[in-house]
Amino acid sequence: MTRTWRFLLPLAVFGVLVAFLWVGLSRDPREVPSPLIGKPAPAFALEKLHEGGKMLRTADMHGQVWLLNVWASWCVSCRVEHPLLMQLAQARIVPVVGLDYKDKPADGRAWLAQNGNPYQVSVIDEDGRVGIDFGVYGVPETFVVDKNGVIRYKQIGPLTPEAIERKILPLVRELSKS
Amino acid sequence: MIASLARRIAFALGGVLLPFALLAQLALAQAPADDPAMTSRLKHLETELRCLVCQNQTLADSDASLASDLRREVRSLAMAGKSDDEIKTYLVNRYGDFVLYRPPVKTTTWLLWGGPFALLGCGALIWLAIVRRRRKTSAILPPGDGISDDAIAKARQMLYEEP
Repeated sequence: MTRTWRFLLPLAVFGVLVAFLWVGLSRDPREVPSPLIGKPAPAFALEKLHEGGKMLRTADMHGQVWLLNVWASWCVSCRVEHPLLMQLAQARIVPVVGLDYKDKPADGRAWLAQNGNPYQVSVIDEDGRVGIDFGVYGVPETFVVDKNGVIRYKQIGPLTPEAIERKILPLVRELSKS
Repeated sequence: MIASLARRIAFALGGVLLPFALLAQLALAQAPADDPAMTSRLKHLETELRCLVCQNQTLADSDASLASDLRREVRSLAMAGKSDDEIKTYLVNRYGDFVLYRPPVKTTTWLLWGGPFALLGCGALIWLAIVRRRRKTSAILPPGDGISDDAIAKARQMLYEEP
């Protein structure tokens, strides 16, 4: 009895350790779960990038499902997800609002002119305050907001085809129905 | 002659400039940011908060631009008279408990807080079990000092005397 124990116990401890390390390796420590999911999107009123002087408010988007994509002209990985956003815009499935985060408006406009503009509208968050309200810590980030203005999903880092196909589009479809 | 003139000018200038210098001092003293109590409070608060870009650094240590933005935010909230807890809540509402270097005790973190003590308890139990078992085996030896005079004499005989 004790003999089997002596043999089994270290093996069990080792097994538990391996399981923890295995799970730990497959997770991205940079991804911090957002406390904003399930909560109303923070209210903002920001100047539009292309229509100087005109404002966009969170409330203006009420009644539709929409995406908020945080981007900047200085953001390298924004270039990675940019073709996907262009495809999404061409498919006209869901309106995408761009938040030009901590960027000079002229740089932002030049970047969109050069690479193509996937956004229904972009707004300027030059000092990054609205970004903080949204808990942004790594650009790009993408939020899915439902018809009632509640944040349903947050993608940290560049969008991937898998994230769009498996998470964002199904969620948008489901939210659009209700 | 020239030296005394220079001194006079210097005095005159000093007389003109001194009030400005004093005013500047006063203004600095009034700005809450330069109040030493506020400075030390902000510094303490910033060491309790995590920078989310470089995750193993505090807000105070980090050079990331988000960290400086958050420091600015913390400072302006503190100036507005918010308490430390209110400032922490403000950040937790946006970034989650992860911004706190000392996470709160709640159902999802009890293992984090209690785990080390539970392991310590396990260690203590194992130690107790081993000590008990030792005591049981040592109980075979004669009571008292453990070793009788006869046994010592016998051992000495075996060690030092030729058979």
